[in-house]
Amino acid sequence: MKFHLKVWRQKDANAPGTLENYEADNIPADASFLEMLDIVNAGLTGKNIEPIQFDSDCREGICGSCSLTINGVPHGPGRGTTCQVYMRKFKDGDTITIEPFRAEAFPVQRDLVVNRSAFDRVIQAGGYISERCGSAPDANSVPISKVIADEAMDAAACIGCGACAAACPNGSAMLFVSAKVTHLGLLPQGKPENGRRVLGMVRQMDEEGFGNCSNYYACEAVCPASVPAAFIGRMNREFTAASVKEIVGMNV
Amino acid sequence: MTPDAHIPAGPLDEKWTTYKNNAKLVSPANKRKFDIIIVGSGLAGASAASTLAEQGYNVKCFCYQDSPRRAHSIAAQGGINAAKNYQNDGDSAYRLFYDTIKGGDFRAREANVHRLAEVSNHIIDQCVAQGVPFAREYGGLLDNRSFGGAQVSRTFYARGQTGQQLLLGAYAGLSHQIAKGAVKMYPKTEMLDLVLIDGHAKGIVVRDLTTGEISSHAGDAVLLCSGGYGNVFYLSTNARGCNVTATFRAYKRGAFFANPCFTQIHPTCIPVSGDYQSKLTLMSESLRNDGRIWAPKRKEDCGKDPSQIPDDARDYFLERKYPSYGNLAPRDISSRSAKEVCDEGRGVGPGGLGVYLDFSDAIKRLGRKTIEERYGNLFEMYQNITGENAYERPMRIYPAVHYTMGGLWVDYNLMSNIPGLHVLGEANFSDHGANRLGASALMQGLADGYFVIPYTLGNYMTSQFGKKVDPKHPAFAKTIEETKARVQKLLDIKGNRTVDSFHRELGLIMWDYCGMARSEEGLNLAIDKIQKLRTEFWKNLKILGTPDGINMELERAGRVADFLEFGELMCRDALMRNESCGGHFRTEYQTPEGEALRNDDEYAFVAAWEYQGENQLPTLNKEPLVYEKVKLATRSYK
Ligand SMILES: Cc1cc2nc3c(=O)[nH]c(=O)nc-3n(C[C@H](O)[C@H](O)[C@H](O)COP(=O)(O)OP(=O)(O)OC[C@H]3O[C@@H](n4cnc5c(N)ncnc54)[C@H](O)[C@@H]3O)c2cc1C
Ligand code: SF4
Ligand code: FES
Repeated sequence: MKFHLKVWRQKDANAPGTLENYEADNIPADASFLEMLDIVNAGLTGKNIEPIQFDSDCREGICGSCSLTINGVPHGPGRGTTCQVYMRKFKDGDTITIEPFRAEAFPVQRDLVVNRSAFDRVIQAGGYISERCGSAPDANSVPISKVIADEAMDAAACIGCGACAAACPNGSAMLFVSAKVTHLGLLPQGKPENGRRVLGMVRQMDEEGFGNCSNYYACEAVCPASVPAAFIGRMNREFTAASVKEIVGMNV
Repeated sequence: MTPDAHIPAGPLDEKWTTYKNNAKLVSPANKRKFDIIIVGSGLAGASAASTLAEQGYNVKCFCYQDSPRRAHSIAAQGGINAAKNYQNDGDSAYRLFYDTIKGGDFRAREANVHRLAEVSNHIIDQCVAQGVPFAREYGGLLDNRSFGGAQVSRTFYARGQTGQQLLLGAYAGLSHQIAKGAVKMYPKTEMLDLVLIDGHAKGIVVRDLTTGEISSHAGDAVLLCSGGYGNVFYLSTNARGCNVTATFRAYKRGAFFANPCFTQIHPTCIPVSGDYQSKLTLMSESLRNDGRIWAPKRKEDCGKDPSQIPDDARDYFLERKYPSYGNLAPRDISSRSAKEVCDEGRGVGPGGLGVYLDFSDAIKRLGRKTIEERYGNLFEMYQNITGENAYERPMRIYPAVHYTMGGLWVDYNLMSNIPGLHVLGEANFSDHGANRLGASALMQGLADGYFVIPYTLGNYMTSQFGKKVDPKHPAFAKTIEETKARVQKLLDIKGNRTVDSFHRELGLIMWDYCGMARSEEGLNLAIDKIQKLRTEFWKNLKILGTPDGINMELERAGRVADFLEFGELMCRDALMRNESCGGHFRTEYQTPEGEALRNDDEYAFVAAWEYQGENQLPTLNKEPLVYEKVKLATRSYK
């Protein structure tokens, strides 16, 4: 197959970027999108053009490293991650525009590489259960209904890729944050810290420059882990409850 | 020289308790004075970092990804073992210990494996307390599944994303400690060398992958938790960035590399489809619980649609050869059987390199919904990659490189022969012998980090009071200069070939001669080819750009340069070991039925290789494997 690529090239975080045109020739239909870029990069190296820089690691849809916006859509066509897009999804001769994930809180570092450390800081602000290694009771001492465990797992499946924030017109990270708040908040082990957690994480999210949610649901549509937007409503309720407690001077 | 494993005295099942009762303790006030460097944020690294920080140590943790949450452990699908016996099917720590030793074909160290089995239950408790959403039964209790090489159901899982959930649990703990200031995290920072002072590991040299800056970090101890080296084969189920650099650099500084040729080829992966491919995708072993593996009995049927091949024309070869374990035979055996079938010309799919994994019986028995619940995401992944629907047509699978049992040599304290240098997780060699059982790597990584190193590190630390190194010690500047020179040298070659083309070629050599079947002749040939390829690499590599800023080809070039040396070490190890055991199959040493033929009289030892300098042959140190409890037996899964 053959494609015309328009690829975002940017020297470093401070340089301006532009879309450059490249041709992708002789691409097998079974190649993944990133393998297509590998082939293009080998060609560029041959022509003494510095290869396109992009993040990837597992290349099987679970690590959350890959982060390309393909034809305007974070992760491109289909439900999965960038690395799980296969070239057979495109038509021979298509023009494909490739940009980095775009969100105010994810500055571009070079070409298609963005800095998503804001997500780590949001987790550090409360996305955990405080427990000490070695002090846990027997794993079966607290039964958890299958329904709750399954729903917690739906939320825990978030891969932290950032597509939700990149897709959101406001650059909001609500889906990501609500996934963690829901995962831990549903489980009996997480409940004692629910209030502190949601306050901490939401405030950090704001501080990082992520926007607000105005119910576009663009996040849900691109989320490779199928995290449902309904979790955002759940988080908002928890946040309101915890804020009220805080305002009246109760311990959260 | 015989490396001393420092195994505590006493009966096997009391060693760990005795050890803990007598272990040297470091007081909280003193822990605060120690800086611990941890390379890696996978299960081993993240669990060690958070636990040691919780105990009071100052921790610096490094990883090459942009977030510690993305370490390769995230990709583990199937599950984690523990001897909880929640299924009441007769499991016990002893059985888990025995299965692991036997699965490893009697090439692992008894005392370490027993300890692993003993602490396995705590891991599950710890993970549940962290909020890991393991699968549950309707009654609310934890569910289990079976994995290869065991006749009990002891594997805990979280859908098809067990590694992800365990890693996110450890990452949450790590994040908590980062927030408290007890851990300083350095993502996108790659360790390129180890700094020794007076023979002790006292720091590392790293490259900031964003700015390109090369700097050093001093510490009172160094923990390498840098994962496995399966990518020496180029194509593997490992993440693209997995490398041998951290451990190989330590080897070049004097750490022994143990059993490098022990690699695991996983039986159920999606077959290779072309030479553009950058990685292979695993289909979790858990599929073998419900899927039946077969190939056509007759070559002529291979091209047919599988639905047109009647049952009596199918060879369910694992069930036929190993009736008591059937499709759950251990990985090395299952992989080799698939290879044999394909070598006989009975393989299916492109190039005849594939066998079927068929769910039609299970779907009939349990209904499509149950199968969907158990493996839905794996079926989706398969369809996405191959374009085929496995509910309607059997999956095609073929073995692929998956895990490396070899690694840096460590003693019972998880310390290498370099004082202060500790090695955890897949990066060490200690627990899986010549073959690892499914769902045991996650167990080992977390055991090492949560429950072993927090007790054993004190042994070294108590010897280090008042011995803090000066970060201005000349050894740091010297190692930084050496590292900078190496990086520059790669850029200065200015040849014509891309780094990936060298890596791919090395991978093919390794796969052909040091993969599922090895022979003296082939290994000698491979060593010759690798040496030539290495020479060409240093003459003809082409890397554009500068050392400053993001340059991923440069990162990869450094890793491939190490693989090009390491591959030779693997072949030498395989050549030295004149026997077949576990994943190491030497064609000269097999039984008449084609099973691995071990030679316990001469090879019941750990091969610990010692670096002797550029272009010198490494020397072999042997740690004899003494079995106190287990009787060496021919492994039978019939
Ligand atoms: C697809 C797949 C599925 C698997 N499924 C299972 C399963 O179901 N059950 C099971 O028990 N096991 C499974 N395994 C094996 C298991 O996942 C691994 O053995 C285990 O997770 C390794 O953990 P680790 O912490 O040792 O290393 P890793 O998770 O590989 O972590 C390595 C860390 O070291 C860092 N690092 C590496 N080199 C450097 C360097 N030079 N400088 C700085 N940082 C560095 C990395 O950034 C990373 O943080 C699977 C493996 C694969 C590939
Ligand atoms: S919620 Fe979905 S889109 Fe957002 S980070 Fe998580 S996996 Fe990615
Ligand atoms: S590279 Fe890991 S999710 Fe795409």
